[in-house]
Amino acid sequence: MLTKDKAQSIFARVLKFSSADETELLISGGRSALTRFANNAITQNVAEENYTLSVRVNVNGRTARATTNKFDDESIRRVVEAATNLAKVQAPDPDLLPMADASAFDGKGPAPARNFFETSTMGPQERADAVEKIVQVAHKQKLTTAGIYSTSESVDAILNSSGLVAYYTQTSAECSITMLAPDSSGWQKANSPDARNFDPVQLAEIAAQKAKASAGPQDLAPGKYTVILEPAAVLDLLGFIFWDWGGQAILDERSFLNNRVGTKLFGENISISDDVYHPLQSGAPFDGEGVRRQRVLLVEKGVVSNLVYARGTAEKVRKSEFADKVGPVRATGHGFPIPNEIGEMPMNIVLYSGVAGKSRTVDEMIGGTDEGILVTRLWYIREVDPYEKILTGMTRDGTFLVKDGQIRGGIRNFRFNQSMVALLNNVLEMGEPVRASGEESFDMVVPAMKIRDFNFTEVTKF
Amino acid sequence: MKQIAGWALDVCHANGVQYAEIRIVDDRQRALSTKNGKVGYVSDSESLGAGIRVLANGAWGFAATEDLTREGVEITAGRALEIARSSARVKQEDVRLAPEKAYVDEWASPCRIDPFSTSVEENIHLLLKIDAELRIVQGITLAETNLNFRRYEQWFYNTDGSDIHQTKTTVGAGYAAYAFSGSEIMKRSYPNSFGGQWQDKGYELIEELKLVENARRIAEEAVALHKADQCPAGNFDIILDSSQLGLQIHESIGHPIELDRVLGMEANFAGMSFLTIDKLRKLKYGSEIVNVVADATEAHGPGLGTFKYDDEGVPAQCTPVINNGLFTGYLSSRETAHTIGLDRSGGTMRADGWNRIPMIRMTNISILPGAKPLTLDQLIASTDYGIFFQTNRSWSIDDKRYNFQFGTEIGWEIKAGKLGRMLKNPSYSGITTEFWNSMDAICSRDEWTLWGTPNCGKGQPQQVMGTGHGASPARFKRVKVGTAYKA
Repeated sequence: MLTKDKAQSIFARVLKFSSADETELLISGGRSALTRFANNAITQNVAEENYTLSVRVNVNGRTARATTNKFDDESIRRVVEAATNLAKVQAPDPDLLPMADASAFDGKGPAPARNFFETSTMGPQERADAVEKIVQVAHKQKLTTAGIYSTSESVDAILNSSGLVAYYTQTSAECSITMLAPDSSGWQKANSPDARNFDPVQLAEIAAQKAKASAGPQDLAPGKYTVILEPAAVLDLLGFIFWDWGGQAILDERSFLNNRVGTKLFGENISISDDVYHPLQSGAPFDGEGVRRQRVLLVEKGVVSNLVYARGTAEKVRKSEFADKVGPVRATGHGFPIPNEIGEMPMNIVLYSGVAGKSRTVDEMIGGTDEGILVTRLWYIREVDPYEKILTGMTRDGTFLVKDGQIRGGIRNFRFNQSMVALLNNVLEMGEPVRASGEESFDMVVPAMKIRDFNFTEVTKF
Repeated sequence: MKQIAGWALDVCHANGVQYAEIRIVDDRQRALSTKNGKVGYVSDSESLGAGIRVLANGAWGFAATEDLTREGVEITAGRALEIARSSARVKQEDVRLAPEKAYVDEWASPCRIDPFSTSVEENIHLLLKIDAELRIVQGITLAETNLNFRRYEQWFYNTDGSDIHQTKTTVGAGYAAYAFSGSEIMKRSYPNSFGGQWQDKGYELIEELKLVENARRIAEEAVALHKADQCPAGNFDIILDSSQLGLQIHESIGHPIELDRVLGMEANFAGMSFLTIDKLRKLKYGSEIVNVVADATEAHGPGLGTFKYDDEGVPAQCTPVINNGLFTGYLSSRETAHTIGLDRSGGTMRADGWNRIPMIRMTNISILPGAKPLTLDQLIASTDYGIFFQTNRSWSIDDKRYNFQFGTEIGWEIKAGKLGRMLKNPSYSGITTEFWNSMDAICSRDEWTLWGTPNCGKGQPQQVMGTGHGASPARFKRVKVGTAYKA
């Protein structure tokens, strides 16, 4: 693994070749391995180690970046030269800030420890052991399984000529399991920095139970239904709104929050934070410029209260027509590496469970539902309307009819067209937030939700 | 490179593997963009490394490294071997590879003007010129442009004796104009949405696209959409422009014919396919005039799915997928060929870099143009009432590829053979085979464009691949329109 000392020695070599006003080195990469299985057998089994060195230079008010994965002196010289040449041909950018200095990440704040020896040392034999046990569950239930078990150890480091040194390493383990029956399927997924935080066999058993319980799916007419979304389905939907949550999206007038910051856009029971320090979260405590990430309250009791900002965006918004329309404006440590077009976004979402003491388990939500649909997972979600945030997509791998407080079997999968603004006004109940992992968005800490009037528009053939 | 490959293959030979291959890839990219009159993104990147795939004890192992020293390569080959032996612990049957000859060859995609020989100043000047044209139109609140170059050089060696060196040059460019007003954000893109047009060509593509010449019209349409009527809902005849038909092919033909998906290998992530093996040469996929090929050969054109050999050393081929409406062929690999009775792979294994394993991917999945001369104007003229859909805005399809829904940036009402009022928020939906069986007309070769989709995601870890889709505008009867916006 590339250590902090090694990162500093590489940066010293970068500086040796740079004549720019300012120079930044971003290192990312690590070791990763993934065992993939299907039809009750391992079908792919891969491992890699790779690091990229990405150099940014500021030259007379211009900036540019060049990237390589080669560490020899000649490659480092060339990447510095390429970044410098790309910078020099541009017009000066009056909005370009000097690079963040050492105070942006001084090491005094919280430093969540997320590198676990048991995860970083897991090898192909141990992953095969886990897959073998998952396959045993499938055999026992007379099902067919497919999925992945992966582990990684990654590094993010940012160093610059203003003295900033930010380094973070963490591990990650992930297991995703599909169980297939002749006309139904079930799915479960978990992800954590520590592989000991989930049990692949337990995930397999839940997925198998869903596959069996949804066999012989019934036809139900599309329409508006009360739905109970499991946490993975919640995060896959909500992920689409946070791309709009940065100051740059407001400046570009591409955000559904334009003209809406400070308003009560969602229901009273919706409060959302971005918090990389939450015990169930993951990721580096600094952003793409090396600025320490701050906890930011994004929604408070339905009111859009704060946006997130990179350093440069905060400056631009303060000088813009939007300055007094978007609440507090300050660099929050959510920027992407510069240069970029998006600016920033919150990616450590924590959605609180409504009114304290009133959270419900999924079973309790089912028990209190006269008629509704239980959704395990969503798929192929895309934005239909950017301002009302209408999303379309499909249910998948475990969609059930709930009637008179009980699950009454599987149903054929639905297509939905649903506004996220409307959805977050229609949340009836929530569970305790958990670390959830889907396929359409980044991992979040979110609860299961019971929602009224969810708009299913079509039904497919399975 | 041959020496590096030798280090890896020697380790594999010494350990008695059934098969091994090494791909060494040198990947260079340049990306430029502008936003509202300023340079948005300027970057160069390069990545060099090797991926080693080993078949041992009847199972696969793969390991990749950036360390191309003898020690680094030998360790990586050993790791691939160890992984293969671990895989063999959980198997149902041994992997069977269809035989393939050894090839020693060299190939480069045709490229008249090396894009990396053009200056960054020239590139930025072009993008800023387009940007100015877009923003001169009152009401445009955001203008974005992009220009991308890639040179992907690969050396392939395997234990069968193949030694193949291929170089692909790719160019992509496009732009979008946004107009925010009231409670709507309208957008128009050119030549296509989500990054524009991409082909395996040199900088000559940029000259062909007439980017500046179309900018003002595109911006004016984005603003005009605010005053346009909402697209009506109902069952109507629809005409898709060639770029939207290209994406329709990608989602509702290209993905369903991937044999790994059919066999359940993608069940956990990308999904499966309704196109089970019993449907081969039996299913009426589309109407009589639907003819689709999977063609990776250079003769098909400069598509993102064009190559001379795939990433397991199989020569590029043209596979008939739909012939006069009948389903006739899948995308296959050396491992899967036998499952459909083939004695040879269809040559569609592709990896998106040195650190990823090859998997079955689309090549150029194209619908053949109509045999009789038919222009778009003539097609519209022969339509009593319908909706003309232009430029994709949203796309979604279920995990077995039956039910789809697409939205486009703009629509036009067709009345009595003439294009009428502009329509905003057009969308249509349907079931794959019902839709393709409703196609009753397709324009001829003059209207046919080979579109590039640079961002097709598949696999775990996910790989992003470029695919090609040739299409000319076509008409479909009685399609469901407008469901996406029904409250």
